[in-house]
Amino acid sequence: MPAAPRVAWYNNPKLRGTAYQLAILAALLWFGYLFALNAKANLEAQKIASGFGFLDHTAGFGINQTLIDYHEADTYGRVFLVGLLNTLLVSGLGILFATILGFVIGIARLSPNWLVARLAGGYVELIRNLPLLFQILFWYLAVLSTLPGPRQSLSLFGQIFLSNRGVVLPRPVPGENFLYVACAFALGALGAFALAFWARRRQACTGQPFALLWPSAALIVGLPLAIFFLAGAPLALDQPRLQGFNFVGGLRLIPEFAALLIALVTYTAAFIAEIVRAGILAVPRGQTEAAAALGLRRGRILRFIVLPQALRVIIPPLTNQYLNLTKNSSLAVAIGYPDLVAVFAGTTLNQTGQAIEIIAITMAVYLAISLATSLLMNWYNARIRLVER
Amino acid sequence: MKRGTAIGGAILLIGLWADAASAQTLKTVKDRGALLCGVSQGLPGFSNPDDKGNWTGLDVDFCRAIAAAIFNDPSKVKFTPLSAKDRFTSLQSSAIDVLSRNSTWTSSRDTSLGLNFAAVTYYDGQGLMVRKTAKLNSALELNGASICAQTGTTSELNLADYFRANNMKYDVTAFATADETVKAYEAGRCDAFTTDVSQLYSEKLKLANANDHVILPEIISKEPLGPVVRHGDDQWFDIVKWVHFAMVNAEELGVSSKTVDASLKSNQPEIRRLVGVEGAYGEQLGLTKDWVVRIVKHVGNYGEVFERNVGSGSKLGISRGLNRLWTKGGIQYAPPIR
Repeated sequence: MPAAPRVAWYNNPKLRGTAYQLAILAALLWFGYLFALNAKANLEAQKIASGFGFLDHTAGFGINQTLIDYHEADTYGRVFLVGLLNTLLVSGLGILFATILGFVIGIARLSPNWLVARLAGGYVELIRNLPLLFQILFWYLAVLSTLPGPRQSLSLFGQIFLSNRGVVLPRPVPGENFLYVACAFALGALGAFALAFWARRRQACTGQPFALLWPSAALIVGLPLAIFFLAGAPLALDQPRLQGFNFVGGLRLIPEFAALLIALVTYTAAFIAEIVRAGILAVPRGQTEAAAALGLRRGRILRFIVLPQALRVIIPPLTNQYLNLTKNSSLAVAIGYPDLVAVFAGTTLNQTGQAIEIIAITMAVYLAISLATSLLMNWYNARIRLVER
Repeated sequence: MKRGTAIGGAILLIGLWADAASAQTLKTVKDRGALLCGVSQGLPGFSNPDDKGNWTGLDVDFCRAIAAAIFNDPSKVKFTPLSAKDRFTSLQSSAIDVLSRNSTWTSSRDTSLGLNFAAVTYYDGQGLMVRKTAKLNSALELNGASICAQTGTTSELNLADYFRANNMKYDVTAFATADETVKAYEAGRCDAFTTDVSQLYSEKLKLANANDHVILPEIISKEPLGPVVRHGDDQWFDIVKWVHFAMVNAEELGVSSKTVDASLKSNQPEIRRLVGVEGAYGEQLGLTKDWVVRIVKHVGNYGEVFERNVGSGSKLGISRGLNRLWTKGGIQYAPPIR
């Protein structure tokens, strides 16, 4: 066979393609650099402060929910951290509860019980057709206007108080030996995982099932509890007391947080319910019929046959809903919950006037959170994918 | 809100294509045929639309005075309602020509925002409003209270300073707009509501039971409120500044909307310079000779505007106080027109 004709290097299509792509990439980067330079020049011409030095300036304002220590004399950098943690808190808890609620409602909608199915259907149709902002405002105003003032708060066992300033719980204050209890809990959790792993291997090899519930409970709950009592119960409770205007001491959940969480969870759960229903309906009916022919009960069919196959269809749109929930949490500014957008892209932007830097940082943070979430979900998706030849 | 992100995105784009600030605002306004004025989202006495969309208030009248000076027509103004969060970015991005939105003059706003405060149209201070049932006589009794404030305002900062200075604990809930703040206060979410005293009087009118609330006597900060313009346009800065000084000088010399026609025939040199019979002071600003006559005839002098919007002729009934002329014991003082 004759050798391929020799082509001049500048006519080589592969080389040309690479060169064009590099040129376009360089042009894009140059464009971006010009944009940044232009913005900087314009800001300087108008004497608007620019640069990231503002992150070291004193903030001077208070925030009513901070997961880390925060004082008015702290810097804007610390304000950023406080806002970020608040956003992560509401997003994380929102994703967790929305998934649970969404799965329950999605499966309920497929229930053979007529009432349960209709109720779930009604919930989905109502909630997903109303704008989220209105739902947040509804929960906030509904929560606020029905709860009494702090002096007339509803109380449970005299320890937990509910008022329109929020829920106040006794705060656990760990004593000296609490470290041992924490270690025992970690060991117990690890032990339960190892047990589950071993039980699954044994079932794959010998076919014998292993009842995991009680041994796992003993490890995760019983072991730390035993160490707790052995160490002399090293846990004090900081009781909340009504003093003057508000409660002093204890742990407080502000009503803004509760309203935002409830609104986000119920809203996203409606969408997740439909995704779950779609996933379950995507599993061929033959699977369910065969399982029923084998004598499996409905719950077991769902758990062992249908859901594992349905998850392959559910995970990608579910990732979308998680990202939506994280970004929707930025509506917190409408009800005064101090999340990242409210304290950083709101108050800090207004006080320093540095709109470009602050919005750029905020967008970068949301992008990072979303990318991390979708990376995690994609890894899980890859793990449960059907392995084909 | 997502609106903040939208505006931030708009700023990013506009900042990339904006010209370096040029001394062109007067020309732009004249060519456009209307003044773009940034106001609040509804603060009775300062800038408030009625149910037909007509705006009234102290800040509104100031913009109408500028329009009267330029166009001899106080209606050639377009009002843009702005929240505390986006008022300065709107001005920075040239979406409005002047911001007349009861904004406090502070050093950081004057420098790092690229803006200039032209004058102080209202000397104010920050106060706190509480319910009468709380039986409080002083702000110093508010240790441990929950306070509602508007986000991104000096009120938030002054509140923190006051409680820190007096070693009191508090917790603040900050909302995006004044309406939400007041609603939360009314619903009982907070024990107190804080903002400028003039705003407290104004918001009190909007409450369901205004008589159930009382404004505490302490003034916890200085709040000089006034119009704001962009850096880099000295001519426009002078015009906005001198419109206010013209109104104060008119009151000082006794020239009101009723007597301005008669004052054209006056013999007093100060009045003759004010109304443009002598001298070319209007032309030096880039306006016409009768610029003050236009302002006073169409809008009124400072005293008239004050009484009509926030004083005895209005529902707020705030006394002149510090805003009296310097000759009457207040601190409104205008340099002479000569």
